[in-house]
Amino acid sequence: MISGTIVVASEICKGCELCIASCPQQSLGLSSSINHKGYRFAQLVQDNCTGCTNCALVCPDSAITVYREKKTAKRAPQMVIASHAA
Amino acid sequence: MNSTVNEQMEVVYHKPQTLTDTPMHYCPGCGHGVVHRVLMEVIDEMGIAERTVGVAPVGCSVFAYHYMNVDMQEAAHGRASAVATGVRRVLPDKFVFSYQGDGDLAAIGTGETIHTINRGENILMVFVNNGIYGMTGGQMAPTSLCGMVTSTSPYGRDAAQVGHPLKITEMIAQLPGAYFVARHSVHTPSAVRKLKKAFKASFEAQKEKKGTCFIEVVSNCPSGWKMTPNESNAWMEQHMFPHFPPGDIKVPASMK
Ligand SMILES: Cc1ncc(C[n+]2csc(CCOP(=O)(O)OP(=O)(O)O)c2C)c(N)n1
Ligand code: SF4
Ligand code: SF4
Ligand code: SF4
Ligand SMILES: [Mg+2]
Repeated sequence: MISGTIVVASEICKGCELCIASCPQQSLGLSSSINHKGYRFAQLVQDNCTGCTNCALVCPDSAITVYREKKTAKRAPQMVIASHAA
Repeated sequence: MNSTVNEQMEVVYHKPQTLTDTPMHYCPGCGHGVVHRVLMEVIDEMGIAERTVGVAPVGCSVFAYHYMNVDMQEAAHGRASAVATGVRRVLPDKFVFSYQGDGDLAAIGTGETIHTINRGENILMVFVNNGIYGMTGGQMAPTSLCGMVTSTSPYGRDAAQVGHPLKITEMIAQLPGAYFVARHSVHTPSAVRKLKKAFKASFEAQKEKKGTCFIEVVSNCPSGWKMTPNESNAWMEQHMFPHFPPGDIKVPASMK
Protein backbone atom coordinates (compact mmCIF):
# COMPACT_ATOMS: atom_id res chain seq x y z
CA MET A 1 0.00 0.00 0.00
CA ILE A 2 1.34 3.42 -0.95
CA SER A 3 1.82 5.53 2.11
CA GLY A 4 0.96 9.17 2.28
CA THR A 5 -0.06 11.83 4.67
CA ILE A 6 -1.80 15.19 4.71
CA VAL A 7 -1.31 18.47 6.50
CA VAL A 8 -4.45 20.47 7.31
CA ALA A 9 -4.19 24.23 7.76
CA SER A 10 -6.21 23.99 10.96
CA GLU A 11 -6.82 27.74 11.25
CA ILE A 12 -8.20 27.85 7.68
CA CYS A 13 -10.39 24.73 7.97
CA LYS A 14 -14.09 25.34 8.61
CA GLY A 15 -14.95 21.80 9.67
CA CYS A 16 -17.33 21.26 6.75
CA GLU A 17 -16.58 17.50 6.72
CA LEU A 18 -16.56 17.22 2.92
CA CYS A 19 -13.02 15.82 3.03
CA ILE A 20 -14.08 13.25 5.61
CA ALA A 21 -16.83 11.93 3.34
CA SER A 22 -14.53 11.82 0.31
CA CYS A 23 -11.71 9.81 1.93
CA PRO A 24 -11.75 6.22 0.64
CA GLN A 25 -9.64 5.12 3.63
CA GLN A 26 -11.79 6.68 6.36
CA SER A 27 -8.57 8.31 7.51
CA LEU A 28 -10.15 11.61 8.53
CA GLY A 29 -12.21 12.92 11.41
CA LEU A 30 -12.82 16.17 13.24
CA SER A 31 -10.66 17.40 16.11
CA SER A 32 -12.10 17.62 19.60
CA SER A 33 -10.61 21.09 20.07
CA ILE A 34 -11.68 24.15 18.09
CA ASN A 35 -9.67 26.66 16.04
CA HIS A 36 -9.81 30.44 16.42
CA LYS A 37 -12.82 30.66 14.11
CA GLY A 38 -14.65 28.28 16.45
CA TYR A 39 -14.64 25.28 14.15
CA ARG A 40 -13.52 21.74 14.85
CA PHE A 41 -11.00 20.99 12.14
CA ALA A 42 -10.19 17.97 10.01
CA GLN A 43 -7.35 15.70 11.08
CA LEU A 44 -6.03 12.20 10.45
CA VAL A 45 -7.60 9.69 12.83
CA GLN A 46 -6.06 6.57 11.30
CA ASP A 47 -2.59 5.67 10.12
CA ASN A 48 -3.68 4.58 6.63
CA CYS A 49 -3.59 7.63 4.35
CA THR A 50 -2.46 6.73 0.82
CA GLY A 51 -1.98 10.31 -0.39
CA CYS A 52 -4.73 9.89 -2.99
CA THR A 53 -5.58 13.66 -2.89
CA ASN A 54 -9.36 13.13 -2.80
CA CYS A 55 -9.77 15.18 0.37
CA ALA A 56 -7.77 18.11 -1.02
CA LEU A 57 -9.74 18.14 -4.28
CA VAL A 58 -13.08 18.67 -2.55
CA CYS A 59 -11.90 21.08 0.16
CA PRO A 60 -13.57 24.46 -0.48
CA ASP A 61 -10.99 26.29 1.61
CA SER A 62 -7.90 24.69 0.04
CA ALA A 63 -6.79 23.76 3.55
CA ILE A 64 -5.17 20.43 2.68
CA THR A 65 -1.67 19.68 1.39
CA VAL A 66 -1.06 16.06 0.40
CA TYR A 67 2.22 14.15 0.59
CA ARG A 68 3.11 10.74 -0.77
CA GLU A 69 6.10 8.48 -0.29
CA LYS A 70 8.45 9.00 -3.23
CA LYS A 71 8.22 6.13 -5.69
CA THR A 72 11.95 5.52 -5.50
CA ALA A 73 12.17 5.92 -1.72
CA LYS A 74 12.38 2.23 -0.90
CA ARG A 75 15.15 1.63 -3.43
CA ALA A 76 17.01 4.79 -2.57
CA PRO A 77 19.88 3.28 -0.48
CA GLN A 78 20.89 0.91 -3.31
CA MET A 79 20.90 3.72 -5.80
CA VAL A 80 23.16 5.78 -3.55
CA ILE A 81 25.69 2.89 -3.34
CA ALA A 82 25.60 2.48 -7.11
CA SER A 83 26.31 6.15 -7.69
CA HIS A 84 29.28 6.06 -5.28
CA ALA A 85 30.74 3.07 -7.09
CA ALA A 86 30.48 4.74 -10.46
CA MET B 1 -0.91 8.63 13.41
CA ASN B 2 1.56 8.59 10.55
CA SER B 3 0.99 12.29 10.08
CA THR B 4 4.60 13.39 10.03
CA VAL B 5 6.09 14.52 6.77
CA ASN B 6 9.60 13.14 6.28
CA GLU B 7 12.22 13.40 3.55
CA GLN B 8 10.93 10.21 1.91
CA MET B 9 7.77 12.12 1.06
CA GLU B 10 6.97 14.57 -1.68
CA VAL B 11 4.13 17.03 -2.09
CA VAL B 12 1.55 15.64 -4.49
CA TYR B 13 -1.11 18.29 -3.99
CA HIS B 14 -1.01 21.86 -2.75
CA LYS B 15 -3.14 24.95 -3.14
CA PRO B 16 -2.49 26.83 -6.40
CA GLN B 17 -0.17 29.85 -6.17
CA THR B 18 -2.66 32.11 -7.93
CA LEU B 19 -5.19 31.60 -5.16
CA THR B 20 -4.32 34.15 -2.46
CA ASP B 21 -3.83 33.22 1.20
CA THR B 22 -6.79 35.41 2.20
CA PRO B 23 -9.24 33.23 4.18
CA MET B 24 -12.45 32.88 2.18
CA HIS B 25 -15.65 34.36 3.60
CA TYR B 26 -17.82 31.55 2.23
CA CYS B 27 -19.92 29.37 4.54
CA PRO B 28 -18.40 25.98 5.45
CA GLY B 29 -18.71 23.54 2.55
CA CYS B 30 -19.78 26.11 -0.07
CA GLY B 31 -18.90 25.08 -3.64
CA HIS B 32 -17.71 28.58 -4.61
CA GLY B 33 -14.36 27.92 -2.92
CA VAL B 34 -13.74 24.78 -4.97
CA VAL B 35 -14.68 26.50 -8.24
CA HIS B 36 -12.28 29.37 -7.42
CA ARG B 37 -9.48 26.93 -6.70
CA VAL B 38 -9.97 24.85 -9.85
CA LEU B 39 -10.00 28.00 -11.99
CA MET B 40 -6.77 29.27 -10.42
CA GLU B 41 -5.17 25.84 -10.76
CA VAL B 42 -5.76 25.88 -14.51
CA ILE B 43 -4.40 29.43 -14.79
CA ASP B 44 -1.30 28.33 -12.83
CA GLU B 45 -0.74 25.26 -14.96
CA MET B 46 -1.13 27.22 -18.19
CA GLY B 47 1.18 29.95 -16.84
CA ILE B 48 -1.25 32.70 -17.84
CA ALA B 49 -1.81 34.52 -14.51
CA GLU B 50 -0.11 37.67 -15.81
CA ARG B 51 -2.25 37.66 -18.94
CA THR B 52 -5.66 36.91 -17.40
CA VAL B 53 -8.44 39.31 -16.41
CA GLY B 54 -11.43 38.11 -14.38
CA VAL B 55 -14.75 39.83 -13.81
CA ALA B 56 -16.46 39.32 -10.44
CA PRO B 57 -20.25 39.44 -9.96
CA VAL B 58 -22.69 40.58 -7.31
CA GLY B 59 -23.65 37.61 -5.17
CA CYS B 60 -21.75 35.60 -2.60
CA SER B 61 -18.72 35.54 -4.91
CA VAL B 62 -18.60 39.36 -5.00
CA PHE B 63 -15.20 39.22 -3.25
CA ALA B 64 -13.71 36.78 -5.79
CA TYR B 65 -11.07 39.45 -6.46
CA HIS B 66 -9.70 38.99 -2.93
CA TYR B 67 -8.99 35.34 -3.66
CA MET B 68 -7.92 35.28 -7.29
CA ASN B 69 -4.49 36.77 -7.81
CA VAL B 70 -5.08 37.91 -11.38
CA ASP B 71 -6.27 41.31 -12.61
CA MET B 72 -9.94 41.55 -11.63
CA GLN B 73 -12.79 43.96 -12.31
CA GLU B 74 -16.04 44.09 -10.34
CA ALA B 75 -19.24 44.43 -12.37
CA ALA B 76 -22.70 45.72 -11.49
CA HIS B 77 -25.27 43.02 -10.70
CA GLY B 78 -25.77 40.77 -13.76
CA ARG B 79 -23.39 42.71 -16.00
CA ALA B 80 -20.22 40.61 -15.68
CA SER B 81 -20.33 39.29 -19.26
CA ALA B 82 -20.86 42.80 -20.65
CA VAL B 83 -17.86 44.07 -18.70
CA ALA B 84 -15.84 41.04 -19.81
CA THR B 85 -16.80 41.87 -23.40
CA GLY B 86 -15.30 45.34 -23.01
CA VAL B 87 -12.12 44.00 -21.39
CA ARG B 88 -11.55 41.39 -24.08
CA ARG B 89 -12.24 43.82 -26.94
CA VAL B 90 -9.86 46.44 -25.59
CA LEU B 91 -7.23 43.86 -24.60
CA PRO B 92 -7.70 41.11 -27.20
CA ASP B 93 -4.55 39.23 -26.15
CA LYS B 94 -5.72 38.68 -22.57
CA PHE B 95 -7.50 35.61 -21.30
CA VAL B 96 -10.81 36.85 -19.94
CA PHE B 97 -13.35 35.12 -17.72
CA SER B 98 -16.53 36.19 -15.99
CA TYR B 99 -17.73 34.47 -12.81
CA GLN B 100 -21.41 34.66 -11.83
CA GLY B 101 -24.11 33.06 -9.73
CA ASP B 102 -27.55 32.04 -10.99
CA GLY B 103 -29.33 35.10 -9.58
CA ASP B 104 -26.73 37.28 -11.26
CA LEU B 105 -26.45 35.50 -14.63
CA ALA B 106 -29.95 34.08 -15.13
CA ALA B 107 -32.16 36.75 -13.52
CA ILE B 108 -31.03 40.38 -13.60
CA GLY B 109 -28.28 39.57 -16.14
CA THR B 110 -30.25 37.40 -18.58
CA GLY B 111 -30.10 40.02 -21.33
CA GLU B 112 -26.33 40.53 -21.05
CA THR B 113 -25.80 36.76 -20.91
CA ILE B 114 -27.74 36.05 -24.08
CA HIS B 115 -26.29 38.90 -26.11
CA THR B 116 -22.70 38.30 -25.02
CA ILE B 117 -22.96 34.71 -26.22
CA ASN B 118 -24.90 35.66 -29.31
CA ARG B 119 -22.00 37.92 -30.28
CA GLY B 120 -19.65 35.02 -29.66
CA GLU B 121 -17.37 37.05 -27.40
CA ASN B 122 -14.08 35.28 -26.83
CA ILE B 123 -14.43 34.83 -23.10
CA LEU B 124 -15.02 32.04 -20.61
CA MET B 125 -18.25 32.46 -18.67
CA VAL B 126 -18.31 30.56 -15.37
CA PHE B 127 -21.85 30.09 -14.05
CA VAL B 128 -22.25 28.76 -10.51
CA ASN B 129 -25.83 27.53 -10.19
CA ASN B 130 -26.91 26.80 -6.64
CA GLY B 131 -30.60 27.34 -7.34
CA ILE B 132 -30.94 30.24 -4.94
CA TYR B 133 -29.88 33.79 -4.10
CA GLY B 134 -27.30 32.80 -1.50
CA MET B 135 -25.95 36.23 -0.63
CA THR B 136 -29.19 37.99 0.18
CA GLY B 137 -30.72 35.31 2.38
CA GLY B 138 -31.86 32.39 0.27
CA GLN B 139 -34.56 33.87 -1.97
CA MET B 140 -36.00 31.96 -4.92
CA ALA B 141 -33.93 32.22 -8.10
CA PRO B 142 -35.03 31.55 -11.70
CA THR B 143 -33.18 28.25 -11.25
CA SER B 144 -34.86 27.16 -7.99
CA LEU B 145 -36.49 23.76 -8.43
CA CYS B 146 -40.26 23.20 -8.54
CA GLY B 147 -41.46 22.72 -5.00
CA MET B 148 -38.21 24.11 -3.57
CA VAL B 149 -38.75 25.97 -0.34
CA THR B 150 -36.88 29.27 -0.16
CA SER B 151 -37.40 32.43 1.90
CA THR B 152 -39.61 33.85 -0.90
CA SER B 153 -41.32 30.55 -1.79
CA PRO B 154 -42.23 29.25 1.68
CA TYR B 155 -44.73 26.78 0.19
CA GLY B 156 -42.32 25.67 -2.49
CA ARG B 157 -41.79 27.03 -6.02
CA ASP B 158 -45.05 26.96 -7.90
CA ALA B 159 -44.38 26.74 -11.65
CA ALA B 160 -47.97 27.78 -12.47
CA GLN B 161 -47.28 31.11 -10.78
CA VAL B 162 -43.60 31.83 -11.36
CA GLY B 163 -42.58 29.55 -14.21
CA HIS B 164 -40.22 26.60 -14.43
CA PRO B 165 -36.59 26.48 -13.31
CA LEU B 166 -34.72 28.11 -16.16
CA LYS B 167 -32.35 25.95 -18.17
CA ILE B 168 -30.40 28.90 -19.42
CA THR B 169 -27.39 26.74 -20.29
CA GLU B 170 -29.39 24.60 -22.74
CA MET B 171 -30.94 27.82 -24.13
CA ILE B 172 -27.69 29.63 -24.85
CA ALA B 173 -26.15 26.48 -26.36
CA GLN B 174 -28.48 27.09 -29.32
CA LEU B 175 -26.73 30.34 -30.17
CA PRO B 176 -24.12 30.21 -32.95
CA GLY B 177 -21.74 32.29 -30.82
CA ALA B 178 -21.57 29.56 -28.17
CA TYR B 179 -18.48 27.46 -28.93
CA PHE B 180 -18.22 25.11 -25.96
CA VAL B 181 -21.00 24.60 -23.42
CA ALA B 182 -20.91 22.10 -20.55
CA ARG B 183 -22.36 21.49 -17.10
CA HIS B 184 -20.20 20.24 -14.25
CA SER B 185 -20.14 20.01 -10.45
CA VAL B 186 -17.53 20.02 -7.69
CA HIS B 187 -19.01 17.61 -5.17
CA THR B 188 -16.64 14.65 -5.76
CA PRO B 189 -12.95 14.35 -6.63
CA SER B 190 -13.75 13.02 -10.11
CA ALA B 191 -16.20 15.88 -10.76
CA VAL B 192 -13.48 18.35 -9.76
CA ARG B 193 -11.04 16.74 -12.22
CA LYS B 194 -13.61 16.96 -15.04
CA LEU B 195 -14.30 20.63 -14.33
CA LYS B 196 -10.61 21.33 -14.50
CA LYS B 197 -10.38 19.82 -17.98
CA ALA B 198 -13.33 21.91 -19.13
CA PHE B 199 -11.75 25.15 -17.86
CA LYS B 200 -8.50 24.27 -19.55
CA ALA B 201 -10.22 23.52 -22.87
CA SER B 202 -12.06 26.85 -22.58
CA PHE B 203 -8.89 28.90 -22.15
CA GLU B 204 -7.26 27.00 -25.02
CA ALA B 205 -10.24 27.91 -27.23
CA GLN B 206 -9.80 31.57 -26.29
CA LYS B 207 -6.36 31.56 -27.90
CA GLU B 208 -8.00 30.56 -31.17
CA LYS B 209 -10.79 33.17 -30.81
CA LYS B 210 -13.46 30.54 -31.35
CA GLY B 211 -16.35 32.15 -29.50
CA THR B 212 -17.87 31.96 -26.05
CA CYS B 213 -17.14 29.07 -23.71
CA PHE B 214 -19.81 28.64 -21.08
CA ILE B 215 -19.33 26.33 -18.11
CA GLU B 216 -22.15 25.86 -15.62
CA VAL B 217 -21.23 24.39 -12.25
CA VAL B 218 -24.23 22.96 -10.42
CA SER B 219 -23.36 23.75 -6.84
CA ASN B 220 -24.69 23.85 -3.30
CA CYS B 221 -25.71 26.50 -0.81
CA PRO B 222 -25.70 24.74 2.55
CA SER B 223 -26.83 27.92 4.36
CA GLY B 224 -29.63 28.84 1.95
CA TRP B 225 -30.77 25.24 1.64
CA LYS B 226 -30.51 24.84 5.44
CA MET B 227 -28.47 21.64 5.30
CA THR B 228 -25.06 20.42 6.33
CA PRO B 229 -22.52 20.50 3.49
CA ASN B 230 -22.64 16.71 3.01
CA GLU B 231 -26.45 16.73 3.10
CA SER B 232 -26.47 19.53 0.53
CA ASN B 233 -24.30 17.52 -1.88
CA ALA B 234 -26.57 14.49 -1.54
CA TRP B 235 -29.63 16.70 -2.10
CA MET B 236 -27.98 18.26 -5.13
CA GLU B 237 -27.36 14.85 -6.70
CA GLN B 238 -30.87 13.70 -5.96
CA HIS B 239 -32.83 16.82 -6.87
CA MET B 240 -30.70 19.24 -8.90
CA PHE B 241 -29.06 16.71 -11.26
CA PRO B 242 -32.32 15.36 -12.77
CA HIS B 243 -33.20 18.89 -13.90
CA PHE B 244 -29.64 20.15 -14.47
CA PRO B 245 -27.79 17.00 -15.60
CA PRO B 246 -23.99 17.28 -15.68
CA GLY B 247 -22.32 16.61 -19.01
CA ASP B 248 -21.32 18.22 -22.28
CA ILE B 249 -24.06 20.22 -23.98
CA LYS B 250 -22.25 21.61 -27.02
CA VAL B 251 -18.79 20.40 -27.94
CA PRO B 252 -17.05 21.53 -31.13
CA ALA B 253 -15.58 18.82 -33.35
CA SER B 254 -12.06 20.10 -32.61
CA MET B 255 -12.49 19.27 -28.91
CA LYS B 256 -13.89 15.77 -29.34
C1 LIG C 1 -29.26 46.06 -8.77
C2 LIG C 1 -29.29 45.09 -7.62
N1 LIG C 1 -30.40 44.41 -7.38
C3 LIG C 1 -30.45 43.52 -6.35
C4 LIG C 1 -29.35 43.34 -5.57
C5 LIG C 1 -29.41 42.36 -4.41
N2 LIG C 1 -28.68 41.13 -4.67
C6 LIG C 1 -27.42 40.97 -4.26
S1 LIG C 1 -26.81 39.46 -4.62
C7 LIG C 1 -28.27 38.99 -5.33
C8 LIG C 1 -28.47 37.62 -5.90
C9 LIG C 1 -27.31 36.71 -5.72
O1 LIG C 1 -27.60 35.41 -6.11
P1 LIG C 1 -26.66 34.57 -7.04
O2 LIG C 1 -26.25 35.36 -8.21
O3 LIG C 1 -27.35 33.28 -7.30
O4 LIG C 1 -25.34 34.36 -6.18
P2 LIG C 1 -25.06 33.41 -4.92
O5 LIG C 1 -25.00 34.32 -3.76
O6 LIG C 1 -26.17 32.40 -4.83
O7 LIG C 1 -23.75 32.79 -5.24
C10 LIG C 1 -29.21 40.02 -5.26
C11 LIG C 1 -30.57 39.91 -5.77
C12 LIG C 1 -28.19 44.09 -5.85
N3 LIG C 1 -27.07 43.95 -5.13
N4 LIG C 1 -28.19 44.96 -6.87
S1 SF4 D 1 -5.11 11.82 0.76
FE1 SF4 D 1 -6.70 10.28 0.32
S2 SF4 D 1 -6.36 8.69 1.86
FE2 SF4 D 1 -5.23 10.50 2.57
S3 SF4 D 1 -6.66 11.56 3.94
FE3 SF4 D 1 -6.91 12.45 1.89
S4 SF4 D 1 -8.59 11.30 0.98
FE4 SF4 D 1 -7.87 10.10 2.73
S1 SF4 E 1 -12.92 19.93 3.45
FE1 SF4 E 1 -11.41 21.50 4.06
S2 SF4 E 1 -12.58 23.00 5.26
FE2 SF4 E 1 -13.84 21.15 5.10
S3 SF4 E 1 -13.35 19.97 6.96
FE3 SF4 E 1 -11.99 19.21 5.36
S4 SF4 E 1 -10.12 20.46 5.56
FE4 SF4 E 1 -11.72 21.50 6.70
S1 SF4 F 1 -24.89 31.70 1.43
FE1 SF4 F 1 -24.77 29.87 0.16
S2 SF4 F 1 -23.67 30.48 -1.72
FE2 SF4 F 1 -23.31 32.05 -0.15
S3 SF4 F 1 -21.37 31.49 0.85
FE3 SF4 F 1 -23.04 30.62 2.07
S4 SF4 F 1 -23.32 28.56 1.26
FE4 SF4 F 1 -22.14 29.70 -0.28
MG1 LIG G 1 -27.08 31.45 -6.46
